[in-house]
Amino acid sequence: MVLNDTDRDLIAAVQDGLPMVARPFAAIGDRVGLDEAEVIRRLDAMLRAGVIKRFGVVVRHHELGYRANAMVVWDIPDDRVEAVAGEIARCPCVTLCYQRPRRLPEWPYNLFCMVHGRDRGLVEAQVEQMAARLGLQDVPRAVLFSRRRFKQRGARYASAAE
Amino acid sequence: MDDTDRAIINALQGGFPISDHPFAEAAQKLGIHEQELIERIARLRADNVLTRFGPLYHAERLGGGLCLCAMEVPADRFDEVAATVNAFPEVAHNYERAHRLNMWFVLATERPEMIHHVIGQMERRTGLKVYAVPKIEEFFVGLRFEA
Repeated sequence: MVLNDTDRDLIAAVQDGLPMVARPFAAIGDRVGLDEAEVIRRLDAMLRAGVIKRFGVVVRHHELGYRANAMVVWDIPDDRVEAVAGEIARCPCVTLCYQRPRRLPEWPYNLFCMVHGRDRGLVEAQVEQMAARLGLQDVPRAVLFSRRRFKQRGARYASAAE
Repeated sequence: MDDTDRAIINALQGGFPISDHPFAEAAQKLGIHEQELIERIARLRADNVLTRFGPLYHAERLGGGLCLCAMEVPADRFDEVAATVNAFPEVAHNYERAHRLNMWFVLATERPEMIHHVIGQMERRTGLKVYAVPKIEEFFVGLRFEA
């Protein structure tokens, strides 16, 4: 999908979230000089094209009681990454799953997933179970718990992207 | 937070209608009134339970650059380096994590080629190496935080 200037104006107008009014798309249209139907048509097209990944809420997991957040990384043989990642991504405790490059020798891991849980012990148990169920006990892995969060919303451009 | 709040969070993580009366449409499925839904979402945002209510863009398809980066920061320099790194407007979330590579942050730039430029500046300002691990492939997750 090729975005034009009008689409970009619209993206900027909804970047900080929807107005809390009964007809939010009409309110956004007022800001950018489009009528409600046109706003809906363009946003819907962006959603179908994948420019907008989804429309809805983003929760702050910490405030929901998910106090432990771990980046779980694996060193999976390259020819198995896709199959293994597909299975990891289906685990209910996993919220993101990416293949990324290794940075040898300091960083040997090529598959990253995020696991959130109500506490650290629970997350460790979930990772254990996942490894056992998928036959990954012998695959090198590391579990990187977060200690501190500095910014969850900094870059304006990033705040709306995943 | 009560059961209705939890139901709202669980339902809306899956999506929100793009229509002329989206709150009314979503509220009907939840068995509450439009105005109540609007007020509850506004409150959840004000309380910071929700960080966003709206679209999540795909940075690359918008033409931007996005890259996860890591650094190995000596313990006695951690706060100073964190301040330097966080001062870059391109830095989104930044986490201290328990590992030799102990700082993990996401860079988001308007153009993909700016990622390398920002990393270069960071390395010069901190004197430390920045490991870039951009995504190669994203695997679909049926994500949800159950509230």
